[in-house]
Amino acid sequence: MNERLERILPKVQKPARYVGGEYRQTLKNKAQIDVRVAFCFPDTYEIGMSNLGVRILYAVMNRMEGVWCERVFAPWGDMEEELRKNRIPLYALESGDALSAFDMIAFSVGYEMSYTNILNMLDLGGIPRRAADRKGLEHMVFAGGACTYNPEPLVDFIDFFSLGEGEELTEEIVSLYQKAKREAWSKEAFLLAVSRLDGVYVPSFYEHAYNEDGTLRSITPLHGAPTQVTKRIMQKLDDALYPTDIIVPNTEIVHDRSNLEVMRGCIRGCRFCQAGFTYRPVRPRSPELLLQQAIELLENSGCHEITLSSLSTSDYKYLPVLAQQMQDYCTPRKINLSLPSLRADNFSRELMLRLQQVRKSGLTFAPEAGTQRLRDAINKNVTEEEILETCSIAFEGGWNNVKLYFMLGLPTETDEDVLGIAALVYKILKTWREHASNKKRGVRIHVATAFFVPKPFTPFQWEKQITPEEYVRRQKLLKDNMPSKSIEYNWHASDLSRLEAVLARGDRRLCAVLEEAVDRGAKLDGWDEYFSYQTWLDSFAACGVDPDFYTTRGYGVDELLPWSVISDGVRTSFLKSERERAYRNETTPDCRTKCSGCGASCLLEGGKCDA
Amino acid sequence: MRRMLFEKTGTAIWMSHLDTMRLMQRAFRRAGVVLHHSQGYTPHAYVSMLLPLSVGTESICEIMEYALDAEIAITPEDMNAVLPQGVRVLAVYESDRKAKHLTELSVLLTMRYDHGVPDGAEARIDALLNGSELLVEKRTKRGMEETDIRPMIRKTALSVENGEILLTARISAQNPSLNPALLTAAIERYFPQDKPDFVRYRRLEIYDEDGAVFR
Repeated sequence: MNERLERILPKVQKPARYVGGEYRQTLKNKAQIDVRVAFCFPDTYEIGMSNLGVRILYAVMNRMEGVWCERVFAPWGDMEEELRKNRIPLYALESGDALSAFDMIAFSVGYEMSYTNILNMLDLGGIPRRAADRKGLEHMVFAGGACTYNPEPLVDFIDFFSLGEGEELTEEIVSLYQKAKREAWSKEAFLLAVSRLDGVYVPSFYEHAYNEDGTLRSITPLHGAPTQVTKRIMQKLDDALYPTDIIVPNTEIVHDRSNLEVMRGCIRGCRFCQAGFTYRPVRPRSPELLLQQAIELLENSGCHEITLSSLSTSDYKYLPVLAQQMQDYCTPRKINLSLPSLRADNFSRELMLRLQQVRKSGLTFAPEAGTQRLRDAINKNVTEEEILETCSIAFEGGWNNVKLYFMLGLPTETDEDVLGIAALVYKILKTWREHASNKKRGVRIHVATAFFVPKPFTPFQWEKQITPEEYVRRQKLLKDNMPSKSIEYNWHASDLSRLEAVLARGDRRLCAVLEEAVDRGAKLDGWDEYFSYQTWLDSFAACGVDPDFYTTRGYGVDELLPWSVISDGVRTSFLKSERERAYRNETTPDCRTKCSGCGASCLLEGGKCDA
Repeated sequence: MRRMLFEKTGTAIWMSHLDTMRLMQRAFRRAGVVLHHSQGYTPHAYVSMLLPLSVGTESICEIMEYALDAEIAITPEDMNAVLPQGVRVLAVYESDRKAKHLTELSVLLTMRYDHGVPDGAEARIDALLNGSELLVEKRTKRGMEETDIRPMIRKTALSVENGEILLTARISAQNPSLNPALLTAAIERYFPQDKPDFVRYRRLEIYDEDGAVFR
């Protein structure tokens, strides 16, 4: 190991995350490599190594002949300080080579609040942060991930975006680059060629013009770039590479267990949920393949816990058979089977009690809204009866811990809806009093409220975000009306959610703000230890950008939206009709009960979903 | 008791004690061995390190104890095939020596000086470590306290090689245990000019109260 690095490691927290060397990391002989990819995750090792997309694409790229993909994570503040002080550039974990030694620099972006880390990582790696300042074919920076459907706030820094599922597209991109490097193409020639791949968005090929009121007037494609870039999907999930021989971290990560992806997409269509739309259409993996993958994952990693993951695992159509087979495999081997995001329906209830996992974590519900009226408006199909029924069974069984998640500031929300949260909490408390088998232990009810952030590609993409002051008023109203002091109530600060709202629906003018914020020291904004709201307010002011334009203004229904070149397959007309239904408090049936014709099935050969 | 002797070098030295425990529990499963699990609601695989190792310290003499429910033959090769770089099992054996007999530890301090070893440093350090007392500041529950670590140092040997001072020290391993970094702290305190710019720590061997190698 590099001795300069060895000297700083004793000074930083959790040094194991900075040295690589884990079981099953991919090492290759540099002499046989023609394209080196630095796969960057703009957050810490613990978060990035828990990310499924990172695991899959690392395998996709490393399966390619002549390609070596290595991992790079954002250093924690103490490590960043040491790196800068000792002039050690940000490096990849496998080879220890600086970012500048790589041909391609790929970012997996899952969260708006990690944008500053992207710029900071480029800086730390000695790579010019602005795309225009990187003239050659080397250091080609591209990005993809759940948060890149509106990539506009990042366009000055990223050469191109890979939209949607990356199993096939990433390989196409890297192969094209291999050819470009072999034939010594210019950067322009490569960008032109890569823009012809389905699912690739080259932002410099689009000119944005604005009206006097600041709204977008036109988006003009240049160099024959497509007028619409549609995300890529895997036609059949069973055919998508799902690596089971993956890196086992040497240190504890956030999701420190094996992870089995049972399906993509969600049949529910909650109107606030971006993933619920952008991951469409729904595609399950077959239970036979999943069981085999589960066994391989567990045998190869030695983990004693496995999670069945998806946006809504209760809705995996083969869950009964898979859960039974998994339990039969896991129990004698003392392996825990964990199922997150279960719904409050009968089968899930029975399953979670059977797996006894609730005892560890308690019951968790995300009703999101306090009244049935508002739950209908946001299309969150969970009823009070289901919640109370599940609680009463659990309380009878000896459980005494319930967590409830809500949002404040949802479209159409009134004080009645806010107070409805308190009323629901009271009913749960009453249910406990009536059903608890052991009252001596008391009950713990945790309530948390988040500040609603309107996201692009959802029916609420045009909505206003309420002002931070109004959010605080509603949050206080709820606090004052909580039925008992024994309820633990936590709420998200308004600052972060306001900023998240700005970036989520932001346009290109935010690139300057982002750069300004980074220059003023913004980084790791998703972490309380580092988030500085004032830094951002100062940066908006310095750039003459009004955050309210992106939050409380709301977007006109006929306004040209900054992300309108990009399509996730769902028709805008469908989003509009969903928004109208929300105003009428009308629910939309889930995709399995009845297809609502959102348009995502057009991405499938044959045009029919397997919901 | 079932034990394994293993070494931890290279990138693996940055793993914490708990990381190492977790690593070994998983390595057993990868090798196809299900360990004995504790009773209770969240059963834990039984693995124990006889002398926890500080982050950043190399060792070629770590001992791990484990328990099985059934007789399963395990070889060092079985384990090494499923361990990350830097962690290597040297021996698998059974022993009836209780952990409390592990009382002494031999450590090597490689003290690097960027501008060469200061004149006379070797002699000064040698005299310091063999003096009658050696006071260092030690963090305790009551705050910083002065402690005499001299009684915890059994013997020392120094040499100078390639601009480095190599200090081998036999120190107390348990009850009380001496953190080898305190040797460097002591040097810095008494002779600030002899403070090395960088020190590597390596555990070489462990012994019982009679000075015999402990296994």
